[in-house]
Amino acid sequence: MTVYFTDQHEWVSVDGEIATVGITTHAAEQLGDVVFVELPTIGKVVSARKEAAVVESVKAASDVYTPVSGEVVEANEAVAAEPAKVNEDPEGAGWFFKVKLSNHGDLSNLMDKAAYDAFVAANG
Amino acid sequence: MAEPKKTQLNALHRELGGKMVEFGGYDMPVQFPTGVLKEHLHTRAACGLFDVSHMGQGALSGAGVAAAFEALVPGAIQELKPGQTRYTLLLNDQGGIRDDLMVTRPADDEDFSSLLLVVNAGTKDADFAHLAAHLGGKLAIERFEDRALLALQGPQAAAVFARHCPEAATMKFMTAAKLKVMGLDCIVWRSGYTGEDGYEISVPGDAAEDFARKLLAEPEVLPIGLGARDSLRLEAGLCLYGHDLDETTTPVEAALTWAIGKRRKMEKNFPGAEIIMNQLFDGASRKRVGILPLEKAPAREGTEIRSEAGETIGVITSGGFGPTVNAPIAMGYVPPAYAEDGTPLLLVVRGQARPARVAPMPFASHRYYRG
Repeated sequence: MTVYFTDQHEWVSVDGEIATVGITTHAAEQLGDVVFVELPTIGKVVSARKEAAVVESVKAASDVYTPVSGEVVEANEAVAAEPAKVNEDPEGAGWFFKVKLSNHGDLSNLMDKAAYDAFVAANG
Repeated sequence: MAEPKKTQLNALHRELGGKMVEFGGYDMPVQFPTGVLKEHLHTRAACGLFDVSHMGQGALSGAGVAAAFEALVPGAIQELKPGQTRYTLLLNDQGGIRDDLMVTRPADDEDFSSLLLVVNAGTKDADFAHLAAHLGGKLAIERFEDRALLALQGPQAAAVFARHCPEAATMKFMTAAKLKVMGLDCIVWRSGYTGEDGYEISVPGDAAEDFARKLLAEPEVLPIGLGARDSLRLEAGLCLYGHDLDETTTPVEAALTWAIGKRRKMEKNFPGAEIIMNQLFDGASRKRVGILPLEKAPAREGTEIRSEAGETIGVITSGGFGPTVNAPIAMGYVPPAYAEDGTPLLLVVRGQARPARVAPMPFASHRYYRG
């Protein structure tokens, strides 16, 4: 399984046709305590780099962009029920939704872990 | 834009890991490493220390100070007893709110010749210019630019502060006294803007950092940023100037009619009195209410409010997540026909109308010390 990262601070883990999307540890730290997550409905077709979910802290709401295009096949109801899971394990149990990839080419625009870490270091 | 100003505690905020943002023209900590949620809950459970030095402190003095100041506010200022503090409003000639502020008659002021003022950061220059324009000929106007202002808030605030100032323990909510704290000449109020018991303390600026460090050394006390200050005041149902109140909002619309003194209503001699008295008798076209979203999505400032029938009827002026309520909370303006507790409303969040209802405020009970 390969994990990719975006400059909008999402990660996507690809297993065959299915991509799992969440926000990075860095993004979760920047947001602070997550108090609300709005997930896409199953069956919704999402487009790469467009808003697909919402994450809110006490202070503010932020969009979560999907790194890849495709149809949403699963949403993590556990984080909707218990938003603190996003802070506890952002790059694991705190995933947001799964997409059935419609364009594998989307992945070629993404960063690997080392490139993302360098991006975060360079951009604060 | 001009470089944001710094309070006397700026270096301490940075040392403590404060995440700094611009607020009211000042470089202020929105949160510390504890985070907004835990800072909020800690203040309700124990005690939080807030830097509110960006707010404007000052004094008016001269014979007849209370009567003169009443020309600008609807509060019954002449009735203040020594050491008593009151929330009041600077009004414009249309009855709109220029600012909301705390006014205090000093405890040692037997002949009632002075008033202490604490006004909002973003409005303080305009406020003092307004005071100078209207009262400058009659009264001396002083700004305490060299003083810091700290708020110690929460159920443990009294126990913590008594270690440094035993005399403050018996003070009641909305009273003030000039007291020695840690050897410093302080003005101490039993007040705050969180809904909790606590104090606000005016401290000589050059000693403020040391003063704050000593309070932070107490085991119950954590530094708290503006993020939690905002969620605490919203749960307490208190207004934030520039958001819930502005120059186009009257005290009647803002549900602050309790801030209009009884005698003042009879005399009708405050700015905009005719407009405000007409609204008191005939009702205003809108009213500030508490609003509880019924789903989990917070409704932020600017969210459109609709009637159940789908008509646009108002707007959310403050909204977010209430950590103590553990649910989204908001306040906003609706026509009086929709202002009754329990009235169903719709809030348009990200294009989707979501159910809500009008709810009584405060959302978290006030726990002031009244003796």
